[in-house]
Amino acid sequence: MPLDLFSVGDPIADTKAPSDVPIGERWSERQFRGRLVNPANRRKLTVIVVGTGLAGGAAAATLGEAGYKVKSFWYQDSPRRAHSVAAQGGINAAKNYRNDGDSVHRLFYDTVKGGDFRARENNVHRLAEVSVNIIDQCVAQGVPFAREYGGLLDNRSFGGTQVSRTFYARGQTGQQLLYGAYQALERQIAAGSVEQNARTEMLDLIIVDGRARGIVARDLVSGEISTHFADAVVIASGGYSNVFYLSTNAKGSNTTAIWRAHKRGAYFANPCYTQIHPTCIPVKGDYQSKLTLMSESLRNDGRVWVPKERGDDRPANDIPEGERDYYLERLYPSFGNLVPRDIASRQAKNVCDEGRGVGPGGLGVYLDFAEAIERLGRPAVEAKYGNLFDMYAQITGEDPYVTPMRIFPAVHYTMGGLWVDYDLQSTIPGMFVIGEANFSDHGANRLGASALMQGLADGYFVLPSTISSYLADGPFEKVDESHPAAVEAMQSVQEEVQKLLSINGNRTPASFHRELGQLMWDYCGMERTDEGLRKAIDRIRELRREFWSDLKVGGDWHSFNQTLEHAGRVADFIELGELMCIDALHRNESCGGHFRAESQTPEGEALRDDENFAYVAAWEWTPEGQPPVLHKEDLEYEYVHLAQRSYK
Amino acid sequence: MTASMQSSVGNPADEKRGMNLTLRIWRQKDPSVKGKMVTYKVSDISPDMSFLEMLDVLNEQLIMQGDDPVAFDHDCREGICGMCGLMINGQAHGPQQTTTCQLHMRSFKDGDKIDIEPWRASPFPVIKDLAVDRRAFDRIIQAGGYISVPTGTAPEAHATPVPKADSDAAFDAATCIGCGACVAACPNASSMLFTAAKVTHLGLLPQGQPERDDRVVNMVAQQDREGFGGCTNIGECSAACPKGISMETISRLNHDLLGALRAGARPKS
Repeated sequence: MPLDLFSVGDPIADTKAPSDVPIGERWSERQFRGRLVNPANRRKLTVIVVGTGLAGGAAAATLGEAGYKVKSFWYQDSPRRAHSVAAQGGINAAKNYRNDGDSVHRLFYDTVKGGDFRARENNVHRLAEVSVNIIDQCVAQGVPFAREYGGLLDNRSFGGTQVSRTFYARGQTGQQLLYGAYQALERQIAAGSVEQNARTEMLDLIIVDGRARGIVARDLVSGEISTHFADAVVIASGGYSNVFYLSTNAKGSNTTAIWRAHKRGAYFANPCYTQIHPTCIPVKGDYQSKLTLMSESLRNDGRVWVPKERGDDRPANDIPEGERDYYLERLYPSFGNLVPRDIASRQAKNVCDEGRGVGPGGLGVYLDFAEAIERLGRPAVEAKYGNLFDMYAQITGEDPYVTPMRIFPAVHYTMGGLWVDYDLQSTIPGMFVIGEANFSDHGANRLGASALMQGLADGYFVLPSTISSYLADGPFEKVDESHPAAVEAMQSVQEEVQKLLSINGNRTPASFHRELGQLMWDYCGMERTDEGLRKAIDRIRELRREFWSDLKVGGDWHSFNQTLEHAGRVADFIELGELMCIDALHRNESCGGHFRAESQTPEGEALRDDENFAYVAAWEWTPEGQPPVLHKEDLEYEYVHLAQRSYK
Repeated sequence: MTASMQSSVGNPADEKRGMNLTLRIWRQKDPSVKGKMVTYKVSDISPDMSFLEMLDVLNEQLIMQGDDPVAFDHDCREGICGMCGLMINGQAHGPQQTTTCQLHMRSFKDGDKIDIEPWRASPFPVIKDLAVDRRAFDRIIQAGGYISVPTGTAPEAHATPVPKADSDAAFDAATCIGCGACVAACPNASSMLFTAAKVTHLGLLPQGQPERDDRVVNMVAQQDREGFGGCTNIGECSAACPKGISMETISRLNHDLLGALRAGARPKS
């Protein structure tokens, strides 16, 4: 690997998980060994929480209840808008209510295996342990999960597992879970324990004496840029799929909070681990502004197929059964349509590359419910998936009860994120990172219904417990806006904002964003090659120069200026995109969602290289002109044996 | 909505390509100045575009011309976050019962004139152009739209079975996305459907019983304090609601409110 792209620094390791006890006891042992803050002292301690999705909303509410002073920030008008709201399918928990052999250990095992052995065992085991508490908590909050006629909770199965452990609320599970956290948060706001900062975006992190002590944020309505201080900062700003421009994320979802924290010293782990979700509505035209996911739960009853012959452009219903290729059922007889997401996506790409794709541009495969409608009856299918079918009809103008859905993979989730230890603390003391914004639990591929589980585990149970060990050293010396570190952070934000406004070139932020997204999709998407990634890195560097010399943003900074907001986010996405490509290039193996064409089995499956790459790649930012530094955290598997994944 | 879609898809002659449209849009720099309707032209609009993608096209043009783009709220663009919401030709979220982001241009035809305004209700003051401040809704939730259950105190989930019918009805009410279309559509600018959806959701569940009386009196008192109008059962709210929240929730709220008041519950001052 040429040295100009990166250099290798010291290894990094988690030191917080008590590895001297068996894995099933580590979480309780960590909680016992951790320090507590007595209730009277908690109100002297302030915590900033950035983001109000499942992780941030749950954490802010829980810390507020515990008696800490919380300052909560979100860029939308209400905490209820956070993009967790859009998660459809469900949330996993090892309740074993179906008596089908599920257990904490099996959920742990499935998650480590599903992540293609690139996740940290200790964190995953804790996630599985905590999963059962989440369901109890949410039911008590009034989350209306689906129930059976006896009044007990219903479950369904999801990709990558053979048990039914997914709790759901029709196709709107994320919405209902988020409203539970949102309502808990609003209750704390009313109680005065949480200060609300709506439509406010974090633009920098303030570090004093080596500790994260505050943030610089911009009020998106007045444009005012201000500093906020605390004893600890929690970042829960979600994932960075929008680096691809088109993704299933909300338009506002961005990398700015974590990227700017990265530039202040937080290591960024596994940035190239991206999840491409197999069942999204295909792209229609150049004007497309986002992609819409159709829940993976559809694969429980829908059958995926393409015509056997390439170029067969007959309408789906005119293609006889014998001329259809149900390729997932053919290639993976035991998991069939329920293979993990990375595999389903890559196979869809493969059949489209063979010229057997359907719909405009041949970029789609069928997801067919004819058999399910015949077997279960239309009312049963409607009851299970009605809202998803309506959404599909609304967007495409086609009726999926009559014509098979057309689906295609789309970027959906980023497993990478800021590096954290077992306490969810980043490499900057006092800065904690939770939910999708961190890297810790999903390895190189996340299983369906595990994002909601992780967000709520981090927010309700893990972070509120681990942060007390850190806060027990506080309150720290008071700082205010006159502290040199605050002044410096404030100035750097103001300078950047003014620079964005002053370029006055010829291209809008959206135009740069689209071009970056296309580059990322083409070269750092479902299949990555050495040659393509090098090309992408060169082009992204040029794009960055063009951005800073040819950008056009109208208006001023001291007012509501959505173009300016977008410009700042695109600037960060461009830098992140380069690091993602470097990470993808250096990881010369395939694992989970990271598929390097050079590393595959004879059957075309992802081929890991455990000898050389069984580590977390944690990247350190370096000043302009110097390559990023790679720090490796070795992954050790004590309880799950490294094996080639097989879903055949 | 599925039925109307099928007819336009089934008949290729109906397909519309490259529409030219005249937009009349409410422009207001900030709350301190008066706003006005301004006319814009957009051309070559695909019927497959969403309404917001059509506005994106307009805004890209405006930025390149050095004009101020039109401010509007949006986020998920898949009909679930509740952030978007425009009055389109006088209808909240436009001609279909869906969110603005899920309205597609195939609902319009070449040469159409489209009026685009923000939600019109004094508790939702305009921030800029088409973006309004809906934090009044959050304050209604703060008044009682929750179940008090501190993290970690919950009993085992299966300890309390919930009849499926109750759970399903609670879910239906809980799908409210807080977009504010109900208020915008109501001649009285009442927030009754929003409040009733939450009162119904939590009031139908066994977990919501202990706080049921206090919840309804406090939430109703808060919506009055915010300046929302009274409900006169007109039903525009439910007809405009992208999630189809039923008027039955309002009956239920009134029933609960009466019961709570008779039982002596009074709003916190």
